[in-house]
Amino acid sequence: MLDIKNLQVKAEGKQILKGIDLHVNAGEVHAIMGPNGSGKSTLARALSGHPEYEVTGGEVLFEGHDLLDMDPDERARAGVFMAFQYPVEIAGVNNAYFLKAALNAKRKHNGQAELDAMEFMQLIKEKSALLDIDQSMLSRAVNEGFSGGEKKRNEIFQMALLEPKLAILDETDSGLDIDALKLVAKGVNAMRTPDRAIIVVTHYQRLLDYIVPDFVHVLTGGRIVKSGGKELALELEKRGYGWLEGDAQPVGAK
Amino acid sequence: MAQVAERLQPWVAALDQRPQGAPRWLQDLRDRAAARFTALGFPTVRDEEWRFTNVAPIASAEFKPANGDSARPTEEELAGYLYSDAENRIVIVNGSFSPELTRTEGLPAGVRVGSLAAAVTEQPDVVQRYFGQLADFAGRAFTALNTALAADGAYVHIPDGVVLEKPLHILFVTTNGGAPVMTSARALIVAGDRTQARIVETFAGPRGAVYFTNAVTELVAGENAVIDHYKVQEESFDAFHVASMHVHAARSANFSSHSFSLGAKLARNDANALLDGDGAECTLNGLYLADGERLVDNHTMIDHAKPHCPSHEVYKGILGGKARAVFNGKIVVRQDAQKTDAKQTNRALLLSDNASINTKPQLEIFADDVKCTHGAAIGQLDDDAIFYLRARGLTFFEARDMLIHAFAGQILDRVKIESLKQALEGELFAQLAKDLAEIDAA
Repeated sequence: MLDIKNLQVKAEGKQILKGIDLHVNAGEVHAIMGPNGSGKSTLARALSGHPEYEVTGGEVLFEGHDLLDMDPDERARAGVFMAFQYPVEIAGVNNAYFLKAALNAKRKHNGQAELDAMEFMQLIKEKSALLDIDQSMLSRAVNEGFSGGEKKRNEIFQMALLEPKLAILDETDSGLDIDALKLVAKGVNAMRTPDRAIIVVTHYQRLLDYIVPDFVHVLTGGRIVKSGGKELALELEKRGYGWLEGDAQPVGAK
Repeated sequence: MAQVAERLQPWVAALDQRPQGAPRWLQDLRDRAAARFTALGFPTVRDEEWRFTNVAPIASAEFKPANGDSARPTEEELAGYLYSDAENRIVIVNGSFSPELTRTEGLPAGVRVGSLAAAVTEQPDVVQRYFGQLADFAGRAFTALNTALAADGAYVHIPDGVVLEKPLHILFVTTNGGAPVMTSARALIVAGDRTQARIVETFAGPRGAVYFTNAVTELVAGENAVIDHYKVQEESFDAFHVASMHVHAARSANFSSHSFSLGAKLARNDANALLDGDGAECTLNGLYLADGERLVDNHTMIDHAKPHCPSHEVYKGILGGKARAVFNGKIVVRQDAQKTDAKQTNRALLLSDNASINTKPQLEIFADDVKCTHGAAIGQLDDDAIFYLRARGLTFFEARDMLIHAFAGQILDRVKIESLKQALEGELFAQLAKDLAEIDAA
């Protein structure tokens, strides 16, 4: 589904990613771990097309298409979803209205009819129960005045509505208490299907107790230095990242 | 100085032709106003209140005072200025009351609406008590000019305890009579104790016409009155519009003003509210749009004279092209006005690099137990918000439209007259679509 080859990315004039190789198949959950400043979030943002991240080399194929050639909204409509580390507050835009616009943008792209108000509310009702989204979160402006936990739940809620082919969670667990973390994990696990891939970018192993990955990759210094199964996360929990930082050889994922 | 005097000469000549034949008190008022204007002359940019708004294009143009016998607006023009759920209307054409176009059948008994000139003789006590009392012209040249020249205007008197269920529309329309005209648009609105009303004032003229509207509105809100006022400034893009509204709010009155300034080459809107009774509440909201080389200047002043008065103020502007805007928000809290709670916000969205705004909050606080906050935010559309929306599948254009609608929506959504809201949305977004298309083409 996703093929990243020798991806190099600059942010604020600094080379952050120095050659990432990663292959993700449908049905897989990959965790990207690494210390602060390693480039984890840069990878997530570059994949979503954030304008402040400049790709200086390499290529990314999504279902065989050149992802880097697509605008951020084209990527989204094609089925790539990024859950933001810092969801943006948008004053004056009602959350439900925003969700409907996003959903219909995608439906239009897929040649489906736009949902009317009734169908939309029905869908909202169905998906909101899973993430404990209450009515007030829908009627307020997008993310405005939301607590940290509410913002992250709102991200996963959007993911549940938009049903992407590839979901990238950018430190969705940061700042969450254990109850919110469990809710978010429940939402993500409900979306694990054989035709969907999920990339979980996280600083902490804790999230991976609840979203158990198929593969774990360690990113330090802009390169993936180690890849393994879920047991790698546990090893990192015990040993930290220090023992890997000397190892600057790029290691391709499976 | 000689130059200034020379420039003023045609205006002084026009003042010599000011209306005559009114009762003594009114004639005296006009005489004093004429003398005051002659002494003040037009403000210049050295005047703090006019620092960013140069009125020389008005002063040096030759506007002929409109007289009563000019052409009526066409049916089509008129239809474009009306709102379907504001059937009751007073129409003032070039400053004069038009009985043919006015509709007042649906008003409750006792409510008096119509010609201000007629009210001078028919309700002399009310008119004399309020006319010219709120709109002080001692330091205001344009108000003095209007007071001296206004021969007629709109008059609304709502007796104590009367509720107007339906909105009342006051339409000031300028018609195209060839030579550029000046109209002195005047309104006196007296709402008694415990009254309730929604009143819309619209200022409009034919597309492309050059004219000058000099407007003064005085509005009295009695004890416990609930008055919603809407001002719609949709003058021709080549017209000049200078207007002031003066509000007196008595004890526990609730006055709100929603000002939409969409037209004119140069628009200056003053809104002054005096909270003169305990617990009077005031909301001043505004939304303005300018593009090309147009200028829109909003000066507001909320005078907290008595305790326990909350005031809320939100002004928002959207500027494209080389448009300029001025916002000056003054809040005075007098020594008596303890427990004042005043909040002012001013935001402007600059769609182009060449648009600009000068904004100034002005707080003068003489009481010690008060809460006053103000904030200003000027900027372009938030790139982070655009990216967030695009990351959810909306195109750049859809994202931008959604953010601009949201920005304007916070003011538009408070309009409690559905057909007015729709008309404003239509007008605003049609203008915006044109501005954005120009930006995208560049």
